[in-house]
Amino acid sequence: MMLDKTVKELGDALRLKDFSSVELTQAFLDRSKSLNCEINAFITIDEEQSLAQARAADETLSKGKPTALTGIPIAHKDIWCAKNWITTCGSRMLENFRSPYDAHIIKRFNEYGAVIQGKTNMDEFAMGSSNETSWFGAVKNPWDLNRVPGGSSGGSAAAVAAGMTPASTGTDTGGSIRQPAALCGISGLKPTYGLVSRYGMIAFASSLDQGGPMAKSAEDLAILLEAMVGFDVKDSTSLQNKPVDYASAINESISGLKIGIPKEYFSDHIAPDIQKGIEQALQEYQRLGAILVDVDLPTSPLSVAAYYVIAPAEASSNLSRFDGVRYGYRAPEYDNLNDMYAKTRAQGFGAEVKRRILIGTYVLSHGYYDAYYIKAQKVRRLISQDFMRAFQACDLIMSPTTPSTAFKLGEKASDPVQMYLSDTFTIAANLAGLPAMSIPCGFDQMNLPIGLQLIGNYFDEAKMLAAAHQYQRATDWHLKKPPSTTV
Amino acid sequence: MSLSKQDVKNAAALARIEITDQEVENALGPLKNVFTLIKEMEKLNTEEVEPMAHAQDISTRLRNDIVTERDQREALQANSPAIEKGLFLVPKVID
Repeated sequence: MMLDKTVKELGDALRLKDFSSVELTQAFLDRSKSLNCEINAFITIDEEQSLAQARAADETLSKGKPTALTGIPIAHKDIWCAKNWITTCGSRMLENFRSPYDAHIIKRFNEYGAVIQGKTNMDEFAMGSSNETSWFGAVKNPWDLNRVPGGSSGGSAAAVAAGMTPASTGTDTGGSIRQPAALCGISGLKPTYGLVSRYGMIAFASSLDQGGPMAKSAEDLAILLEAMVGFDVKDSTSLQNKPVDYASAINESISGLKIGIPKEYFSDHIAPDIQKGIEQALQEYQRLGAILVDVDLPTSPLSVAAYYVIAPAEASSNLSRFDGVRYGYRAPEYDNLNDMYAKTRAQGFGAEVKRRILIGTYVLSHGYYDAYYIKAQKVRRLISQDFMRAFQACDLIMSPTTPSTAFKLGEKASDPVQMYLSDTFTIAANLAGLPAMSIPCGFDQMNLPIGLQLIGNYFDEAKMLAAAHQYQRATDWHLKKPPSTTV
Repeated sequence: MSLSKQDVKNAAALARIEITDQEVENALGPLKNVFTLIKEMEKLNTEEVEPMAHAQDISTRLRNDIVTERDQREALQANSPAIEKGLFLVPKVID
């Protein structure tokens, strides 16, 4: 059944003409349409645009030079601008915004011949860990429809988990790829800051935001990552790096690989089932020839505190562009220019986005700047230095991705701090700009997926993908599907 | 020092977000919790530490100040809430 196949398998089948891209795309569109009323993973599905790309891909498959992604449907988080597609960022502010241009990664996927299968639901402006802040309604976790899929790339994670799309893209500012990947039982990768261009990604916190792939397997992540990386002159923080053949690199042996275990990430706060799942995964890694070493990340427990100064500060600045003048929502009634700004922003933004703008404005305001913003930047350096010390003793760091499995819808909605703490293990990698990923490594007693986090040194994506791929060759957690009773 | 209602009102005014007294009331409790979390940083002595602004501690690349984009006025203005004769419309600013 083509809906169950990985990107790798679908690419092989397309090139062998087992089926066409139009047939494949239509099959995923049909499944997405039939499940979306329950899961709410997509904000926009546009069959005409998707099928036009699929027809072009079929031309290439029969006459041209197909790539590994030619004809493969990929769902994109609705934070990426895609020309002629409604691009909402999960907000009322951009409900009717039709992007006039392609983000760098969209352009790259188009060049690779991939099909844009639709735009996925997300927390408003990527601010959330449960997908409940979306103006377009919460996304449901395919493993249990009463639970959250995680966030902010919750639609992208749920769509892959429910078999609505073979692969998707996300963005990760404090865990927004890894946490939903963990909660939905899929694989997700946040690359080194600067590896994937942010051009055309609607900005949240520019020094932390990084786009990356989400898929069923590490092998698929490698295929997608290859299309996404590369220097882009239009992103001033894009980094030059020599090209890496990720798809080949995943076959590297991990015998002798040193895995750092930070005790700060194995605290009492972790659910016992997660503790057990991670321990079993680490035993599997030892069977595969890896060596476990203890490392210290002493400043990491302060990463959530530092993040909730730095990210809102940058967000308050980035989101000042939404003024109801050049694009986006404008309040229907107002008295004067200032009143128009204030009403537009009061009505166009949701509660969580407004909360973060207020936090950011406050910490940047006169008299508080040093105590909060500069302090947080100092903590950020110490967190970064912790990692550099740790990587002198190990190749990769492993930990749980999240302290708990998927929580119930509404469970953490009233207390922002409880919500923020669900990113407690993922935020440090963003502050340091390091690559990190999550792969499935088991289930808790309620049959909810558990995620294993891998953190690498700068530009060590290949090493991480190899470690993930070798684990996925030895285990089958990543192949488990949600019970058919739910989807 | 604890966050006050006036602090919330001031921040909202600076951020150009209209906020009612009731909304200030509702926002204050959760915001105080967030600042309790943030203030955990105070436990750490950072006197000798340089602030870090960028994820990899490198400076932003500069480019020459030349026009690289072509004119797309119509495409860009298609998303605007109010346009007249190629100009963005805003409420009267000067009486």
